[in-house]
Amino acid sequence: MSQTVLILGATSAIACATAAAFAARGDALFLASRDEEELKRIAADLRLRYGVKVNHGIFDAEATDTHEAFFQSIISNFPDLSGIVLAFGYLGDQQSSRDFKVSAKIISSNFTGAASILGLFANHFETLQQGFIIGISSVAGDRGRQSNYVYGAAKGALSLYLQGLRNRLYHSGVRVITIKPGFVDTAMTFGLPGMFLVASPSSIGNGIVASLGKSSDIVYLPWFWRYIMLIIKHIPEFIFKRMKL
Amino acid sequence: MALLSTSLSGWGRYPVQSCELERPERFALLHPNAEHLIARGQGRSYGDASLNENGRVLLTERVNRLLEFDLEHGVLRAEAGVTLAEILEVIVPKGWFLPVTPGTKFVSLGGCVAADVHGKNHHHEGSFGDHVQSIELILANGKLLHCTPTENQQLFWATVGGMGLTGIIGEVTVKLIPIPSAYMMVKNHSADNLEGLFTLLQSPASDDRYTVAWIDSMASGEHLGRGVAMGGHHVEVEELPGNFYRSIKPERRHSIPFNFPALILNSKSISVFNSRYFKREGGRRHPFLSGYDSYFYPLDRIAHWNRLYGKRGFVQYQCVIPDATAFEGVKHLLEALSSSRRPSFLAVLKRLGPQGRGLLSFPMAGYTLALDLPIRDSGLFVLLNKLDEIVLQHGGRVYLAKDARLSSQKFREMYPLYAEWLKIKHEFDPQNRFSSSLSRRLKIGESA
Repeated sequence: MSQTVLILGATSAIACATAAAFAARGDALFLASRDEEELKRIAADLRLRYGVKVNHGIFDAEATDTHEAFFQSIISNFPDLSGIVLAFGYLGDQQSSRDFKVSAKIISSNFTGAASILGLFANHFETLQQGFIIGISSVAGDRGRQSNYVYGAAKGALSLYLQGLRNRLYHSGVRVITIKPGFVDTAMTFGLPGMFLVASPSSIGNGIVASLGKSSDIVYLPWFWRYIMLIIKHIPEFIFKRMKL
Repeated sequence: MALLSTSLSGWGRYPVQSCELERPERFALLHPNAEHLIARGQGRSYGDASLNENGRVLLTERVNRLLEFDLEHGVLRAEAGVTLAEILEVIVPKGWFLPVTPGTKFVSLGGCVAADVHGKNHHHEGSFGDHVQSIELILANGKLLHCTPTENQQLFWATVGGMGLTGIIGEVTVKLIPIPSAYMMVKNHSADNLEGLFTLLQSPASDDRYTVAWIDSMASGEHLGRGVAMGGHHVEVEELPGNFYRSIKPERRHSIPFNFPALILNSKSISVFNSRYFKREGGRRHPFLSGYDSYFYPLDRIAHWNRLYGKRGFVQYQCVIPDATAFEGVKHLLEALSSSRRPSFLAVLKRLGPQGRGLLSFPMAGYTLALDLPIRDSGLFVLLNKLDEIVLQHGGRVYLAKDARLSSQKFREMYPLYAEWLKIKHEFDPQNRFSSSLSRRLKIGESA
């Protein structure tokens, strides 16, 4: 029997690639995001390419007061829900604006909204004693840098949240995986200076789905980012603070 | 949305120009955001059609979703950024095929419309635009317009073959053809000279639904224009031998990892290759079975084959000469090429059927010759100008999707419907917002 995977923030390039990787192995999908017109297109494409069932609906990460109703409609319509992928995120433009409004939006979409919706599904899977939660965080959350520390802080908070959730749900048999992509060739990074070792969205999508069959809890994609970040995390602060990263 | 400033070229790797790239990932973001821009799919046009020197190039590669596939009638609607390769993956297993396909499947659907591409079946089934049911076109004012052969038909036929200069092609609906199997039955016929080759291309005995001729471009004198006509059709299931699956070898893919030194492809090496190829392919007198991939897309097996021509790139010169003067014209062209001592690695001759309705479309009833010419020095361009003269004298034209160097004057002589096209361009894009390096070079958008 096919199982349904919910993708939250389904219109990003990484989310689309992840949805395609799930569809390629035969999973049904529910795609959620704010942009319904775009969801229709992505859903039609996945149905045609992979012959799987794809549904879609509106979900706004920042509108946390709507999350309960969204959650209820998902679990009542998709009793076969096998897991969720949290793929939404917002890089924002921290450098051109010191405005707290920008920071607040970065924090609320990357962390507050995530904590809200993850909490609901965590409780649900805990009761069922099964399911998986994949959260797409970022290597930016591993260490604060002047260029994007607000985004980094929000993603770092998400990583910690997922870590705690993993600890809590371990005994209920619910899998919680933290994905930390490095530079990926998406609209978020297109044209930005200083990009190197840029991975394709499809390699990240395949890596995300493959992580379910492996034992790692924290998955860097591509794999070498684990070692890049290991080095970056170990640079002493008195040196790091002088660096331009 | 961030922009990427980079140097960019077409498939021929000439010219290389600095452009400002934008790559939307949502349909709603396909929008004319710059004063001057051109859409670019896979960048498989050879010259400067998808370039915009010091201007904006809008990459459509991420807006590539399949939207609707009517399995019963074989009608497919998709976003224009999707490649033919992706389409084939979905439609072939369901018993459908592209009505018209160029020699590579790594082109975008939108590009096929913009260049009104043709295939080996043009003499029977016309060009790509003949099978397009509708286009969703994003206009200079940002609005989306539904164009079909009966609705906004003027804009439709200005866009088919219009090289992206009427707007951004957002979606395309195309009527597919049914196929009984994924295999092709191929039959080769060889001819010792150009006259023989023309006879083969005309004769029902050697013509098939898909027919194309390879020419030994290095042969001269009495063997000038010797070559092999290759005909093929989709195999009926009854035609398949019982052990057919063993006769189709899985394809190995290769890649050219770097620019070859320009000297590797020289007169000597090409002569040797051509003689061998002529013997091998011309010697295959019995029909043989081929997978559709290796039949239609032999060069797709070699990724980056354009690097074979070295760092300076190459020009593909493709022209068509009308039936009445075709033989003389092609003969003159081959003679000019032969006496120039410039090797063409590839020379292909094909019969084309009647001209379609696209106002700037390339095909016309006659014969088309395509030559791949490496750029070694500026002498090549002198030769190409001479070829233009021959083409014009015989009433023909060159293919804009391959072009990198035609003059604006000759363009006007070759495309007599340009004036009509320009009226439609002025109506829908008075500011000439959709422009490219090609359109500026040919002064497309300026007076006829």
